[in-house]
Amino acid sequence: MTATPAMSPQPPAATTATFQLDGREVPFNEGQTIIQAALAAGRYIPHLCYHPEFKPHGSCKLCTVKVNGRPAASCTLPAQAGLVVESDTEELNGLRRTLVQMLFAEGNHFCPSCEKSGNCTLQALGYDLGVMTAGFRHFFPDRPVDASHPDILLDFNRCILCELCVRASCEVDGKCVFALSGRGQTKHLVVNAASGRLADTDADLADKAMEVCPVGVIIKKRVGFAQPIGQRRYDARPISAQALEDAPRPGAGSPGCAACEEGG
Amino acid sequence: MTIPEHFPEQVVEDALAAFSGRPENLLQMLIRIQAALGHVPVDVMARLAQALALPLARIRGVVGFYAFLSETPQGLYRVRFSDNITDRMQGGPALLEQMCRRLWLEPGHLSEDGLLTVDTTSCTGMCDQGPALLVNGLAIPRLDPARIDRISDLILARTPLADWPEALFQVDDNLRRRDRLLDHDLAPGDALRTALARGRTGDREAAANARSWREGMPGGQGPLATLEEIKHSNLRGRGGAGFTTGLKWEACRNAPGDARYVVCNADEGEPGTFKDRVLLASQADLLWEGMTVCAYVVGARQGFLYLRGEYLHLLQPLEASLARRRRAGLLGRDILGQAGFDFDITIHLGAGAYVCGEESALLESLEGKRGIPRNRPPYPVSHGYLQRPTVVNNVETFCAAALVARHGGDWYREAGTAKSSGTKLLSVAGDCSRPGIYEYPFGVTVAQVLADCGAEDAQAVQVSGPSGVCIGREGFGRRIAFEDLATAGAFTIFNSQRDMFLVARNYTRFFAHESCGFCTPCRVGTAMLKNIMDKIEAGHGTPYDLAEIEQLDRVLQTSAHCGLGHTACNPTLDTLKAFRPAYERRMTSLDFEPAFDLDGALAKARQMTGRDDAGAHLSLKDHP
Ligand SMILES: Cc1cc2nc3c(=O)[nH]c(=O)nc-3n(C[C@H](O)[C@H](O)[C@H](O)COP(=O)(O)O)c2cc1C
Ligand code: SF4
Ligand code: SF4
Ligand code: FES
Repeated sequence: MTATPAMSPQPPAATTATFQLDGREVPFNEGQTIIQAALAAGRYIPHLCYHPEFKPHGSCKLCTVKVNGRPAASCTLPAQAGLVVESDTEELNGLRRTLVQMLFAEGNHFCPSCEKSGNCTLQALGYDLGVMTAGFRHFFPDRPVDASHPDILLDFNRCILCELCVRASCEVDGKCVFALSGRGQTKHLVVNAASGRLADTDADLADKAMEVCPVGVIIKKRVGFAQPIGQRRYDARPISAQALEDAPRPGAGSPGCAACEEGG
Repeated sequence: MTIPEHFPEQVVEDALAAFSGRPENLLQMLIRIQAALGHVPVDVMARLAQALALPLARIRGVVGFYAFLSETPQGLYRVRFSDNITDRMQGGPALLEQMCRRLWLEPGHLSEDGLLTVDTTSCTGMCDQGPALLVNGLAIPRLDPARIDRISDLILARTPLADWPEALFQVDDNLRRRDRLLDHDLAPGDALRTALARGRTGDREAAANARSWREGMPGGQGPLATLEEIKHSNLRGRGGAGFTTGLKWEACRNAPGDARYVVCNADEGEPGTFKDRVLLASQADLLWEGMTVCAYVVGARQGFLYLRGEYLHLLQPLEASLARRRRAGLLGRDILGQAGFDFDITIHLGAGAYVCGEESALLESLEGKRGIPRNRPPYPVSHGYLQRPTVVNNVETFCAAALVARHGGDWYREAGTAKSSGTKLLSVAGDCSRPGIYEYPFGVTVAQVLADCGAEDAQAVQVSGPSGVCIGREGFGRRIAFEDLATAGAFTIFNSQRDMFLVARNYTRFFAHESCGFCTPCRVGTAMLKNIMDKIEAGHGTPYDLAEIEQLDRVLQTSAHCGLGHTACNPTLDTLKAFRPAYERRMTSLDFEPAFDLDGALAKARQMTGRDDAGAHLSLKDHP
């Protein structure tokens, strides 16, 4: 998986500390995690729940690497001088492939009829990692659709529980429209209204939270398929070639998230 | 037992007041409200959201996480049968059925008159006296048909729980073998007095050291002398991971922070484990003593006992024991008269979530949130409760630490092996004639334990519960010790009549039910594993499925976020290795077999049309 060298907006600060990623040195600043430093240095590590504008979540595990021989999520592991990190190996890409297959099997993902097709991170990762079949028996869960809001449709069939909308809504929009409930296979997204309907929250089309969903859950009404499938983001170039362009973006919000799961 | 008139305002106000209106006490408030109202209605959540300045959705997320909280009504009586393998072996499922028939209801559904729900729950820690159930959180062990009738009558008569015969709730300790922990001679305060005295010999005022430490100044000799004993004892954690206790305390003591906390992990959710219940019931003072010694060593003012909801029956006795210690000057301000040695302990309840035994999930839960394991590093010793330095130890670890503080590290190391000092409490249950608590010096063989508890015909022992290992006869010579069979204490015995496939399937369901759902590999993987085991059970298993189990194991081992996911495949893999015929007996095909049963899917159509002739059946064999 070769990465297009990308321009990072700020050159790495005066630091000499480095770690090794697949045999090449990566400089980092104090406080950066492995993936943050790697992306800033133009090195791609596959990821799904990590988003450069938010505090890393660490739940999808697609970014798993081996650090001094032991597996760890690269989005949450703090960079340290001298670490030896492996990422682009057949073993780890195989693991990532399986994780993508597991996510496809868990939800109801019918790509050809999905408005997100071509712009979907899960789909793009599937293509890029060479996922050819479902691999596992599908769960076919019974999940609702919330069409109550005048401008926004929520199709929970595709939710991968990455919590990005939760974070965006709390940290950037200051609204906490979303939170997670349940656990295990009953884990699901809830919205901040006694009725449980999006229409009864203060969600708005212009919210950051309405943009961040990596898959096709949060859908804007009345603009569906405006851009034809085939001319969408990942139809042009694979995700590994594009992720770096987004990478070192400073966060827009405060780090506090009253509805988030992870306390770390 | 009737729902109060002033519902729900007063109940909410009471809960807020009882937990000083602090958002980190949200879970405790919800547990109280659930007990008072039988559920947590959404308007109650809305009121809490307003009072605590939390999003309603976040409160809903907490209610949705814990098995003992519910947004929908569950009736005046919430009955939960323990679904551990030992309860099942002792006849639990038949008793559940008896109760449902008697009371005319379906498991998991509120009865039509709104009186009760009957359901199952993960192991309630009564394996030595099962089958057991919980009614409104209170344990009733030793169930039999007569007890079920009795309970059903009380429910039908709507008898308030407080008026049920006390004998029903009697829980036995079943202490079978004692060693230096269970046989100790400490009076309350002895270990603390020794710790304080040890400090005085080296320096002037021990407590002054404790206090100066809290103020961020260099520590003194007092606490350090006891820390040295703990380190010297080589005491290792008894909760499963076996981390060296002295090093943990030292790291917490040395971590910068404006407050420090001591937390006792009494979540004891590992199926088959019940030794902490017995320690809490019979050795509470020793535990408080150990926690207070720890507070002295690290410089903490506040401690917590995180008590699993299943042990609600212990709450009052434990509170009473804390009150006695406060009166005796062993808790509170200026402990044992030492100026500045302030420490107190608060009990927090869990609400039905095994993962909250994982220390960072426990801290999240203590802070009133969903019990999701944190990203590590940082670790609790530097970023624990409210991000402050925190020691989390198991009940047994604190009890042992109290003994070390009193008698010293050398004394403690006399027992056990070179690498595993001291003794270990085992929770012995399953197929044996004398189940209960056995305390042994480390190094005892499995065979010795089996002989002592009267297990004549054992074919397998599950050591340390489903997250531990299952050993067959060839492993009975192995030793209980960190260097061989490390264990948190469960020792569950299966005789040669038991079907080890069903044992593994029960444990697999447990993991799927208890996965917190945070990370992809465990949330999806444990559910897939459960589906595969169900498929094999239904006679549709193939070698392909066995290969899939191995694939899932690799994914979980490599990428799961916490120990629950890492160990979720162990029971299946262990039994596949040692008891493969139990699986193969169920396999119809040695090649691919679809999970979807074509002919089975037509059953409803046949029923509706009243047909059952050959033409109404599909057979894969006829149409290859
Ligand atoms: C899923 C899971 C459940 C756990 N449950 C418990 C428990 O019920 N009690 C316990 O003491 N430790 C439990 N642990 C271990 C704790 O994370 C932690 O290691 C322990 O409380 C530390 O105390 P110790 O050093 O005294 O053993 C659990 C770990 C995992 C991964
Ligand atoms: S709705 Fe989208 S952004 Fe939100 S948790 Fe689900 S997949 Fe993630
Ligand atoms: S391994 Fe399982 S229990 Fe642990 S964080 Fe992941 S989903 Fe939760
Ligand atoms: S990108 Fe790191 S866990 Fe999801």
